[in-house]
This record gives sequence, structure tokens and C-alpha cells, in this order.
Amino acid sequence: MSEVPSELMFLSSHEWVLVEDGVATIGVTDHAQELLGDLVYIELPEQGSTVAAGDSVGVIESVKAASDTYAPVSGEVIEVNEELESAPDKINDSPYGDGWMYKIAMEDPDEVSDLLDAEAYSVAIADEE
Amino acid sequence: MGNKTPLYQSHLDAGAKIVDFAGWDMPINYGSQIAEHEAVRRDAGMFDVSHMTVVDIGGSDAKPYLQHLLANDVARLQLPGKALYSCMLNEQGGVIDDLIVYYLRDNFYRVVINSATREKDLAWLERQARDYSDLGIKYRDDVALLAVQGPNARDRAIGLFEDYQQESLRQLARFQGTEFDDCFVARTGYTGEDGFEIMMLAEQMPDLWQRMLTAGVVPCGLGARDTLRLEAGMNLYGSDMDETTTPLVSGLAWTVALGDERDFIGKRALLEQQASGIQQSFVGLLLLDKGVLRNHLKVVTPLGEGEITSGSYSPTLQRSIAMARVPAGSEGLVEVEVRNKMLRAEIVKLPFVREGKSMLTDGGNNK
Repeated sequence: MSEVPSELMFLSSHEWVLVEDGVATIGVTDHAQELLGDLVYIELPEQGSTVAAGDSVGVIESVKAASDTYAPVSGEVIEVNEELESAPDKINDSPYGDGWMYKIAMEDPDEVSDLLDAEAYSVAIADEE
Repeated sequence: MGNKTPLYQSHLDAGAKIVDFAGWDMPINYGSQIAEHEAVRRDAGMFDVSHMTVVDIGGSDAKPYLQHLLANDVARLQLPGKALYSCMLNEQGGVIDDLIVYYLRDNFYRVVINSATREKDLAWLERQARDYSDLGIKYRDDVALLAVQGPNARDRAIGLFEDYQQESLRQLARFQGTEFDDCFVARTGYTGEDGFEIMMLAEQMPDLWQRMLTAGVVPCGLGARDTLRLEAGMNLYGSDMDETTTPLVSGLAWTVALGDERDFIGKRALLEQQASGIQQSFVGLLLLDKGVLRNHLKVVTPLGEGEITSGSYSPTLQRSIAMARVPAGSEGLVEVEVRNKMLRAEIVKLPFVREGKSMLTDGGNNK
């Protein structure tokens, strides 16, 4: 079983979100990195760009496959984890820590309620485990 | 539930992630595909390839039958145990499968074919056998296969054999095998590294696997097998060639013996293709921009369009590589369309990597 931290919120497309003071930190889940295998390339949204919830904002690629990543919430991208560009395998090693991808200053804090909580996400991936 | 090899439980015990491969439950990796890849390039790794089909072909007609069936000529096999890579073609010159044939002794050959093509291959083998009277075709589903590959693979493996067997294993030339009772060991592989492929009775294989583990040989899954063979410039059936492509446009002209009187299935079509001019070349691509090349992406060259047949990430070169079919005469810089963007790539000679070393010359440094 992969790890699903209870303090996070999730998209069914396997992004996680941590909301603190109106800023959402976004990454991909342990389950997703396990499915993809060793990551070798990542495209992140540009710092300063504005994204809407549901937008395809980047790509992560493993040896095996490429997968789009989606913005879980709307707002401005205020920080990206540039270290991932040269070391995408940080996502494999630490999907909820050093492998975070980018941060969004949220336009609408209520959007969080549209996301899955840990329990709902665990149910969603149960069939794939 | 798929078919399981005799090593299925051993894979689970080693922490394998199991996937379906042509109806078989096979390990894709045991944690990290890249770490497994590197183990083979630097030390020793092992692959369960028992899903492949082993067929023994015996009788006084075995040689003429195989000479008609295969595009390469088994008459080249003079020493017992010697191996030959060949394509098996249809009448149009398309590739039904690629395979290895071993000459074990007079009137006796062993053929190893792909698992995904098993049913059509066996039907073809039997259909072509009708004109031969003294011919026995035996499917060896009782035999398991283990490939042990890497710079230290032979040493590790040899230590596990009986003293009297070790000397002959040590002296095996490349592409040469030797038999002991029910065990056949050949110095062949699909990784671009030295090593052995070992065939033995299925019930004996879990014990050998365990002793290999103890000797420090790293279990490797099909994921690493694919990136290793891609770096080594070795074709994968179904991706790099199939029934719609001939060996002459698949980088496999070297495996076709066209220059003699021998008649084999597909020969006429190949001669016609050769006479009318080969329109495509099969090349290596090195991605200069960031990203990952994938199968079926479009390649744009000054001479026209081509297509990637196998693309992935090269752990050894730490960049993306591919094999592609492009208009004949293409060279130098090309572009590949990846998600609506044109990325720069360079046509390079195959293989990319041999025996742990990059084969790239000046290319690849001009990032």
C-alpha cells in the first residue's frame, strides 16, 4: 500500500495539495510515482503564470510513460521547485517532501472543498493497488 | 490471472512489481528500473525470460527445413552449441518473428521465439513442416530460461556450476553454447553486455535463481531489459519490425543471407525490394532538447517524414534515445514532434552503448 497522508487533499489524477494561509503546495502522490516508476523528466508551470483548476499545467515522464499533471486549484503560480528539473527522481524518493512541484496563491479558498480527502482518495486508488 | 513462470514466487519474494506481458505475469521491476539497468551495465543482473518459447527441431530434415524457414542460414553453424540470430519471414518479406537458433548437434537445433508471437509462430512452423518427412518439432514448455548479464555476470554464474563444468563455461566463445545433461548455457543476451543465457528444466530454476541471488546477481525486470536492449541498438519485435516491414528497412540486413543459391521464404520479395531501391533507413536518434522520445512519434527530416519505432530514456547516457525509420539517406539534425512541439534530435550510429561504454563520438556534446 502506498502512503496517503491524512492532512492532504487530492485529485483523482493523483496530485496532492497542502493548503496553508491561502497558498496551495502541489505535488504528485506516492501512488502515482509508484505507478510511473523512475521519473526522468518534468515540465512545471511557469512562475508568475495564472492557472485555473483543472488546467493541464505540466508533464511528468518516467522511463515508461508520460503523464499530464493538472492544477487542483486556481490562482497564480508563485513558486516552482526548480531542483526537480535536474533531479525529477526526488519525486520517487520523497513525493510529499522534497518532491513538491509548485505553489499557487489561491484565488478562491473554497475550491479546496471540491478536492478529495485522504479517505476518498484511498478509496479511489484501492482498485489500482 | 496470467501464465506464470517457474520463478513467479521468486519474483514476489524479491519484491517484484508484476505486470501482464503477452498473457504472462512478469516482473516489470523490483523497485527501480534504473538501478537494475545500472546493475547490468556495471556488475551483474538476471532476467527471467522463461515466458519465451523454446522449440526443439530434430531429424535429418531439420537443417533443410530451417534453411527454408529462416532468412539467415543455419549452414553457418558448424560448431555444436553455436547460435545464430535470424528473422522468420512471410512471402512478402515481412517479419513474422525474430529468433535465436542454436545448433546443438547433428540433426538437432533449438529455437527460441518471442512469447507475444507464440501462437502464430507455432502455426507457421507446423505449416512449413508439411513438406518434410523426417522432422520432429517439440515445444519445450518444461524448460525455463534465465539471462545473466553484465561485466561480472559470467564470473558469478560460473562459480555456481560443478567444477568439471566450469572450465568449459570459462572457454565459451561469444554466441557459443554448451550442454550439460538437461542444462544448456550460451554466451548470448539482449543487453549489449557479456553474459549467459541459461536453459534448464523448470523445476530446477528456482534453486539456480536463489544461488544467483546469494552470489550477488541483481534481479532485473522487463523495464530494464527494454532500456538495455535499446541502448544496445537491438530490435524489439512488434515495435521495430513486424509483418509489414522487411529486415532491409529494420536495420537487420546483416541477418539476411541473400548472396547464395539457398531459397528461403521471403527471399524473392527481399531481392525485389533491393533491386527497386531501399527507401528507408533504420537509425539511432539522440534527443538534444529536453524531454523523452516515445514509440510512434513523428520524425521530420529534410528528406521527408519518418517515425520512431522505439524510444525511451537512456540511463547510461542520461538523455533520451530512440530507434527510428526515416527516409533513406537522412543524416544529421532532425526534429521530433513531441506534444505539438518540435524537439531537436541527431541521427547517430547504433548502438548507443556497448559493454558499459557510450558509443557516441562527437555527437551529443553539443547540447
